[in-house]
Amino acid sequence: MRNPLSDKIVSIPPSGIRKFFDIVSEMPDAISLGVGEPDFDTPWHIREEGIYSLERGRTFYTSNSGLKELREEIVRYLERRVHVSYDPLHEVLITVGGSEGIDMAFRAMLNPGDEVLIPQPSYVSYEPCAILADGVPVIIELKEENEFRLTKEDLLAAITEKTKILVLPFPNNPTGAIMEKKDLEEIAEVCVAKDIFVLSDEIYSELSYKEEHVSIASLPGMRERTILINGFSKAFAMTGWRLGYACGPADIIAQMTKIHQYAIMCAPTTSQYAAVEALRNGDEDVAAMRESYDQRRRFLMNAFEEMGLSCFEPYGAFYAFPSIKEFGMSSDEFATRFLEEEKVAVVPGTAFGACGEGFLRISYAYSLEQLKEALGRLSHFVARLRAEKEAK
Amino acid sequence: MREKILTFIEKNSRVNLKDLAVMLGVEEAMVANEIADMEKEGIICGYHTLIDWDKTSAEKLTALIEVKVTPQRGLGFDKVAERIYNYPEVDSVYLISGGFDFMVMIEGKTMRDVAQFVSDKLSPIESVLSTATHFILKKYKDHGSIMVHTTEDERMLVTP
Repeated sequence: MRNPLSDKIVSIPPSGIRKFFDIVSEMPDAISLGVGEPDFDTPWHIREEGIYSLERGRTFYTSNSGLKELREEIVRYLERRVHVSYDPLHEVLITVGGSEGIDMAFRAMLNPGDEVLIPQPSYVSYEPCAILADGVPVIIELKEENEFRLTKEDLLAAITEKTKILVLPFPNNPTGAIMEKKDLEEIAEVCVAKDIFVLSDEIYSELSYKEEHVSIASLPGMRERTILINGFSKAFAMTGWRLGYACGPADIIAQMTKIHQYAIMCAPTTSQYAAVEALRNGDEDVAAMRESYDQRRRFLMNAFEEMGLSCFEPYGAFYAFPSIKEFGMSSDEFATRFLEEEKVAVVPGTAFGACGEGFLRISYAYSLEQLKEALGRLSHFVARLRAEKEAK
Repeated sequence: MREKILTFIEKNSRVNLKDLAVMLGVEEAMVANEIADMEKEGIICGYHTLIDWDKTSAEKLTALIEVKVTPQRGLGFDKVAERIYNYPEVDSVYLISGGFDFMVMIEGKTMRDVAQFVSDKLSPIESVLSTATHFILKKYKDHGSIMVHTTEDERMLVTP
């Protein structure tokens, strides 16, 4: 029989998280600091709209781009929160989670050989999606001394004549880094000068604890060269509803919509009705959840300080990215031993790119009691490692 | 700051002050002082434990009693309320808008206990015109906590 598989697909390695997931699932009594999703349930009034839509028999397809009323609400929301205006008819596409938008944007924009700049550590899907779309991923290694922000210098050093898209994943998973307005202005200047498009993944935009999140699309000259990706998963605790959106120039959105039409048809209808309610009446929920994450963020940073674990202060998402370089072991070793000896799952920084070596991703989307228990074990483990090192 | 402290301890009064101070990004002494002040000012009126007595073997019964009264000249409802809330078996008393005047919550061991309170103590108060007693059969939710089922963290342990 012939090889049934595509060489391109086979050549893409499975996600670094996968391996860990497999070990953890063998350990029924393990606890975790490893989740990438909110610990809140979707607010009830939003769930209720989903239920009502089912009761009323709204079980049909929507238009390919998504419910018109949802696109209109998204446009209003973006005007209100990040001060960018889009045309709901031609510049918005409702997708199955933010992830689909990333995939569609690459497929709509890349020609074979086009280079995609991907700052890392970052979410696991940019690199494979760029390869699937025949693009060439070019990794920009973000540095701890820059608080894992993208600098103008790092960007300029990575640009070639083939550079077409810059991925801008802020607030960042896994580091919790943000880009403030002044940081974005420098990047925007380069993008305009070098004629580069930006895929701005702003899925954590509502979870920003320093200044209000700024979208690069709101900066001069950037709206026409930015695809803004966002969704409902993190802000409204709606991960399982699988709903996101992409906004950008009409010619790019039209091509993305075409792929979406053939591959997906439309995003889930129930989720779309629930999302309309989220945008109309969910601002208070978002603010309350943000405050709660911020409190736990401070608690986590204080715990790191007390156990002497070095970590730059993250101002976004719900992750911290402490350094474990003092222990002289790889992220993978540390995470594996921590899981085996203390039964706590964390994700090694290397799952988000090679330059995540020496770091761990710690999520604080947990209740205070869960955090206390897990951090107590981390403190214990860290003390033991130091004692071991001392004994040598 | 006060509002943030209250919002937190309303749901979790057992949080230790150091943790709360860390989470709010202020000094522990400041949180301690604010709480002490709010206790003095009567903003924080007590720390109670939410118990689902139905899950124990203890005999407990809660009743809501609607009470209609004639307010007393010059003293309004407050004097009548005082006559009611001074009974230790009375759990809470609210002045209510609508068809009656007070909502009284009372805890007793048995229906007879409650009935006796109403007939011997509550009804004879001069200003009380009428009462209507409702016994609670099942508590689904109390003080924001759902009592009929517990929620567990069902998320996968590791996700990207």
